[in-house]
Amino acid sequence: MGLRDALFGRTKQVAPNLDNLFALSTAALTLQSELDLVPSGEAGLCFKSGSGESTITTDDDIKQLLDFDETTNKVTLTTDDLGFKWLVVKDPDFEALVTRIHAADTSMVEHQLGPRLLCAVFGFVPQTPPGEGSVRLVYLMKQGTFYPFAPTGPSQRNNELEIRVRSFLGTDLPIEKDLTRWMALWNVPVN
Amino acid sequence: MAKSKIESDHKLNVRMFITGLLLVALYAIIVSVLLSLGVSTVLVIVIAAALIFSQYYFSDKIAMFAMHAKEVTPQQEPKLHEIVDRLCLLADMKKPRVGVAEMDMPNAFATGRNPNHAVICATRGLMQRLNDEELEAVLAHELSHVAHRDVAIMTIASGVGMLAGLVSRMALFGAMFGGGGRGRGGQNIVLLEMATMLISIVIYVIAFLLTMALSRYRELAADRSGAILIGKPSVLASALIHVTGDMGKIPRTDLRKTEGMNAFFFAPALSGNSAATLFSSHPSLEKRLDQLNKLEKELNG
Repeated sequence: MGLRDALFGRTKQVAPNLDNLFALSTAALTLQSELDLVPSGEAGLCFKSGSGESTITTDDDIKQLLDFDETTNKVTLTTDDLGFKWLVVKDPDFEALVTRIHAADTSMVEHQLGPRLLCAVFGFVPQTPPGEGSVRLVYLMKQGTFYPFAPTGPSQRNNELEIRVRSFLGTDLPIEKDLTRWMALWNVPVN
Repeated sequence: MAKSKIESDHKLNVRMFITGLLLVALYAIIVSVLLSLGVSTVLVIVIAAALIFSQYYFSDKIAMFAMHAKEVTPQQEPKLHEIVDRLCLLADMKKPRVGVAEMDMPNAFATGRNPNHAVICATRGLMQRLNDEELEAVLAHELSHVAHRDVAIMTIASGVGMLAGLVSRMALFGAMFGGGGRGRGGQNIVLLEMATMLISIVIYVIAFLLTMALSRYRELAADRSGAILIGKPSVLASALIHVTGDMGKIPRTDLRKTEGMNAFFFAPALSGNSAATLFSSHPSLEKRLDQLNKLEKELNG
């Protein structure tokens, strides 16, 4: 925020940073070789739906906007208990998954919905279950940084595993440095 | 106050140091104002002693209020009570009151003027982060503070420091006015008064640093007693690792509930630990783990 914004009490809406999403492909390889984690084939985009803007108010509008393909049933749109919309994409091909999420992001930005984007979530599961449990990589849209989230219960998370993911992915991805921003995403609808 | 910060947060340490300094400065100002108003020295000492005593006497209420902690019944927190019950039987001590603070920061503290008025308190974040065994280890550490009467010890220690500063100030004051008959100029008196002030402040600060050092030793002592009480130093070590440093910082709060904050950037606070240990009321994690490691070897050997 600039001085003038502060003086007049305005908040500029923050545009999302989409540049780092494609770094995920190398990160996926590292996760497989170092921690035996493979992509679950699911990814999600979390955003807050608002009223009025660009006449996009209903799920149908959003579906249309995001170029929904109803026939394949690979993409679903849900609302979670905190009132956030989740666009969940399923695709066994990880590259395609990332491309799909990036396309949805870009499309939302083009329709001035960029500031509504909260995060993108990519699921990783142990290659040989049970392993050490699954990990989600959360991408903070506004900061352009990633962090791992490894829930083990309704309000428990495996901090050791998360710290280890950080140590392996530090060179591949821009990992969020401020650990107090590694917020939880309980009941995340992405596996 | 035997207030045990499980998390040795750097920013928190700085805050505590500044708070401590301000507290000392406050006492110094109160004392000088009273003295310059011509209040008798005996009365000043009585007032200072009363302030220190009330800090000690109401330590449980002050700490509970500061941490937003509430006392809980065995029905509300059966697990917590059960652990404390078992530990008290094991240590043959009176069961303190049990409290919970609804905050995400992992922390626990024990306070109260004596074992009969003690209260032991854990935050929700601590209970969520640790398994039952680790929680037991942290509570054993806190119960050791109660058993060691750390509130009383630390109150006496800080009281003595305060008194040392006060007495030195009195003595300098006395010397100044005692020799006043030689007819000094007005400017000299101002200079002397400033020097007196400076010397007593230096004494207050030294007393404060010594108190902090004592507090760190009391922490190591509580670590040791707690670890011996549960018989497994490694479990306390694992609990410390889980709640201090990096892992203690990772929040349990949901991203979607703090979404409004994501639009803003906060500059990361200064980091660096060089001066922290000198001013800190708690020893560094390395020191604590080192001691627990040695203890584990002793118990196994």
